[in-house]
Amino acid sequence: MRYSGFKVIWEGLTGNRGWKPVWREPEPKKSYDIVIVGGGGHGLATAYYLAKEFGLTNIAVLEKGWIGSGNVGRNTTIIRSNYMLPGNEPFYEFSMKLWENLEQDFNYNAMVSQRGIINLFHSDPQRDAFARRGNAMRMAGADAVLLDRQGIEKHCPFLDFDNARFPIKGGLWQPRGGTVRHDAVAWGYARGADMRGVDIIQNCEVTGFVMENGACKGVETSRGTILAGKTAVCVAGSSGRVMEKAGMRLPIESHVLQAFVSEGLKPIIPGVITFGAGHFYVSQSDKGGLVFGGDIDGYNTYAQRGNLPVVEDVCEGGMAIMPMIGRARLLRMWGGVMDMSMDGSPFIDSTHIGGLFFNGGWCYGGFKATPASGYCYAHLLAKGEPHATATEFRLDRFMSGHMIDEKGMGAQPNLH
Amino acid sequence: MIINHPLLGPRDASEFVYLGDASLIDRPDWQGENAAQEFHDYLYLRDNPAGEHSELWFHEQGDRSWLVVTRNTLTHEISKVELARDVAKERGRSK
Repeated sequence: MRYSGFKVIWEGLTGNRGWKPVWREPEPKKSYDIVIVGGGGHGLATAYYLAKEFGLTNIAVLEKGWIGSGNVGRNTTIIRSNYMLPGNEPFYEFSMKLWENLEQDFNYNAMVSQRGIINLFHSDPQRDAFARRGNAMRMAGADAVLLDRQGIEKHCPFLDFDNARFPIKGGLWQPRGGTVRHDAVAWGYARGADMRGVDIIQNCEVTGFVMENGACKGVETSRGTILAGKTAVCVAGSSGRVMEKAGMRLPIESHVLQAFVSEGLKPIIPGVITFGAGHFYVSQSDKGGLVFGGDIDGYNTYAQRGNLPVVEDVCEGGMAIMPMIGRARLLRMWGGVMDMSMDGSPFIDSTHIGGLFFNGGWCYGGFKATPASGYCYAHLLAKGEPHATATEFRLDRFMSGHMIDEKGMGAQPNLH
Repeated sequence: MIINHPLLGPRDASEFVYLGDASLIDRPDWQGENAAQEFHDYLYLRDNPAGEHSELWFHEQGDRSWLVVTRNTLTHEISKVELARDVAKERGRSK
């Protein structure tokens, strides 16, 4: 079933009786060529690109709960490619290009909205740092515009420009950044993968790995043993828990990131705005709610909820740049488990265990990476070598000294 | 979260700074045969358990002591708080 304007009108006129579930609910087979552990955005994107770009369809995606029940359904939906380091920026720009064509590619309305992202700066040294970042972005083919105060005033006249502590001096603007309807990304990839023959198996928890002579031959699950030529783990916040079953310790700590939505308001915020002197970012959803967040709580946790000190910190950041936010009432707040890596950058790599692959360590920035993460993971699984934009996301980079530390914070996940 | 400081009694967690897994007390021997590998594992690899976790907290807004807090990462329940120096002495680290 293809979606089109004609189809929507036809169904509207005939009582919407023609819509069908867009993916099957198959029983797991005994074995697959590739088993993907984790039915989140990245896992489903991996399955989709394996089927579509690399012609492999004997694939299962195993999901403990229901697809999209993890971080792909809990994030603040921002897409951007405003990184700086050569190991990161080409990858995120690749992801941005995939976002730009995503809806046509998988024929699903993911509401990709390139309304722009502005990172505010508040001092001269910060302007220098942002100019450098903008140049790095442009060298990798991304777009970046350094705006002065007047430029920001044109976009966001409501900001507190003359704040005594954090005056707004300008910002780095990426016009192609924006937001995407996060759930629809999971659903679109799931539908696209399913249409091409991938089995999406929900309520199927992986409880262990089938090991033979030091190689991984499949997984033990709550729905029986499933053998696999290649086992591809892609479980974000649960990375530590799952890889422990294979006897692996990872350069990852799990932390909680909180996010917030206000009551619905009339359109006020044109794109995504981030505060440069603390950690606060905000955008406005199509329903009108202000979607915002800030720092991770900063301690190891698997509880999908945080504590009040960070709530206060986030709200203070909001009040510092746009005091009007103080008049909005908070509608919802929630937390998601982040797989915080030791240098703030992710992994897409094979492991020392034959047949076992790992994708994780996305920290609080996994959503924007979804298409490229899926594509590059699929490339690694299909061809046995990393995609050109993901060669540095290696598990052994701490041993070899090739960390990708955007902020230069060192091995301290709660500072990234 | 409230951390029951062994010397000062119950204190709000926001007075503290979090460092991470208490295994960071067990610094490897720099002269050991496998020192490079051991320091890699010490510095970068984590057990990252879902459940009981002992971790280092620094009472920055208080008496500036280091604590080893045993906390459940699934419920945030704190079951034990010790002075890090006592833990380190027990393990023969600090003399």
